[in-house]
Amino acid sequence: MTVLAILNGRVVDPVAGSVIPGGVLIRDGRIAEVGMIDMPPGAETLDARGSLIAPGIVDIGCFAIDMPAFAAGGITRIALMPDQSPPIDDGALVQRALAAGKPALWVHPIAAATHALAGTDLAEIGLMAAAGAVAVSTGRARIADARVMHRVMRYAAALGLVTIAHAEDEGMVRGTVATDGETATRLGLPSAPAIAEAMAVARDLMLAEATGAPIHFRQLTTAAAFNLVRAAKARGLPVTCGITPAHLYLSDTEIGPFRTFARLSPPLRCEADRQAARRAVADGTIDMLCSGHDPRGSEEKRLPFTESEPGMAGAETLLTLSLGLVRDGLITLPRLFDLLSAGPARRFGLPGGSVAPGSEADLILVDENAPWQIRGDRMAAVAGNTPFDGLPVQGRVRTVIKGGRVL
Amino acid sequence: MEQPPAARRSAPPPRAGNPPPGNPIFPHRHLTGIAGLQPHEITFLLDEAEHWIALNRGAASKHDGRLAGLTQINAFFENSTRTLLSFEIAGKRLGADVVNMHAATSSTKKGETLIDTAVTLNAMRADVIVIRHDASGAVQLIADKVDCPVLNAGDGQHEHPTQGLLDALTIRRRRGSIAGQVVAICGDVLHSRVARSNILALTALGADVRVVGPPTLLPPAIERMNVRPYTDFDAGLAGADVVMMLRLQRERMAGGFVPSPREYHALYGLTPERLKRAKPDALVMHPGPMNRGIEIASSVADDLNRSAITEQVEMGVAVRMACLDVLTRGRRGIADWA
Repeated sequence: MTVLAILNGRVVDPVAGSVIPGGVLIRDGRIAEVGMIDMPPGAETLDARGSLIAPGIVDIGCFAIDMPAFAAGGITRIALMPDQSPPIDDGALVQRALAAGKPALWVHPIAAATHALAGTDLAEIGLMAAAGAVAVSTGRARIADARVMHRVMRYAAALGLVTIAHAEDEGMVRGTVATDGETATRLGLPSAPAIAEAMAVARDLMLAEATGAPIHFRQLTTAAAFNLVRAAKARGLPVTCGITPAHLYLSDTEIGPFRTFARLSPPLRCEADRQAARRAVADGTIDMLCSGHDPRGSEEKRLPFTESEPGMAGAETLLTLSLGLVRDGLITLPRLFDLLSAGPARRFGLPGGSVAPGSEADLILVDENAPWQIRGDRMAAVAGNTPFDGLPVQGRVRTVIKGGRVL
Repeated sequence: MEQPPAARRSAPPPRAGNPPPGNPIFPHRHLTGIAGLQPHEITFLLDEAEHWIALNRGAASKHDGRLAGLTQINAFFENSTRTLLSFEIAGKRLGADVVNMHAATSSTKKGETLIDTAVTLNAMRADVIVIRHDASGAVQLIADKVDCPVLNAGDGQHEHPTQGLLDALTIRRRRGSIAGQVVAICGDVLHSRVARSNILALTALGADVRVVGPPTLLPPAIERMNVRPYTDFDAGLAGADVVMMLRLQRERMAGGFVPSPREYHALYGLTPERLKRAKPDALVMHPGPMNRGIEIASSVADDLNRSAITEQVEMGVAVRMACLDVLTRGRRGIADWA
């Protein structure tokens, strides 16, 4: 029996909504006691030195298994997007992905909704679920054919799986790299109206309402989409949505002059939409914060803007940028870890994300005031494509504990 | 979208005279766009171009040797005849050793990245590089990687600064000034780098600029560039001093953006009848090459009293000579030049 006592910290309990002075006692990889713990004889100890002790981050919808980046960012579980090479549309590929990160990181594969993510024929969702897939997803794009999406959602729901959708109307956004607005027009970049997002959300909400099937929008970024989700939640629909810090901190002006690191999918939006996203975090419309981790090397980013690939390396900056939301007074510290850890785990039925006794001991020690500077060239990730390059930030992960083991 | 054409902007035109005291006249290393240039810097380039018009019109030698010994590479990743020729003539008249690189025969077709190409050009010790590319921002990408001045000869739908300058020069010479002129830029504004550079240059110098075209070919939020959008061609032309027509590419007439060439001509083609809406002495311009009978009727294009189209081509050489001269002054050891 191994026993680890983390002492002298402040335990963030997102479920109880409280911050408890004291520590955590871990026995055999599970949390045994929280707060003022009784030290059993012979226990190993770890001095938190006043740090926050919080559940490890559960990051939904990453595109790469990038161990150093996740360790640096305090991420202990990821749900891996099916957009791999080859796409995760087969049980064997699910099994391979499941084993890819252990023991430091648990990878929970997301099954491709359709064969080869082509949006036409159902993939073997049932066999993939049996192999360990935790959800199904349309991938980087949405499924254009509403009839196919209708079938995917019903089929997945019967297996107890949430469908994760990308919300951009493919017709509106085809060939575009930015949101309509002054910046795209001045730069001469092909752009699409921001309503492309709400149009996609509206369709999928109607499917959810008609079928009762649960749906999760991986990233929503516009006021119109938040309004639809807010209203749908009020009607009791099984809908959730996520966002990355990029859309909470940056607007479309960041793409000038042709900064490919700020090319994202969905693209950065206008300032009014950014403000709407911050309000949606504050009022609970947004259910989870994600990194969208998608490292891209220079061969995909050091290109003319229209030829570059979208995506950002977000794993290492997710926590520090999210802590800014607490400092800005938008949310409380326990609520932050509900958005980062408990909420995603709850929605997708994953272990972790909790400090309740009996839970998996996935914990991070966070010095929430430690100052540092985001530097793309110093990131642990396989590529340093961050739109936040050079930004001074506060808050850093000191220690990651996965299944009771200090990494 | 329509606004009464009579309503002029009330703000006085920006001062376009001299640089602030103590500042260099033209502190830019590259010319990647009109964006970023101050009004007095634009005026300076136009004034410099004026010097070259007389030389170019001279019957005897058209040669000035100030770029002798310098290597000018025209790297054209997109097909061009007129602009390439204009830059080549400009460089040769200034005495530069001019080399043309065509994308069709270059290694970019073999998958070499733009950065690698830029590094290669740099290693050949070019003294000035002129670039055309079909991707917006590609010229800036190269400019960041090379040691010599870079001149944008058109990048995607972003900018074509020498076209903006030569159009401004043409207007200034034919109309006496740019400030206060009502300029209607008509046609496919959405895909036009010429339109963007013209909007920036002409609004900076105090012109009252309108953009006129079908709603599918006007860029979103274009009014944020200090122009007024019109979808009614006649309303957009009313009272204009300058009518600048843009080329509509054939593949965009086939139903994607406008239903057909004949409908486009009927709604947005500049005919003698249509031109009557503009001022009686309004100037007609086109960056070329023209689609005769589509965006412009031949009788308008060839009307010597109204059309400035051949003069635009002539001004193009003078403007490019001025830009090549100004951008290479630092390399030629002339004090106080970037």
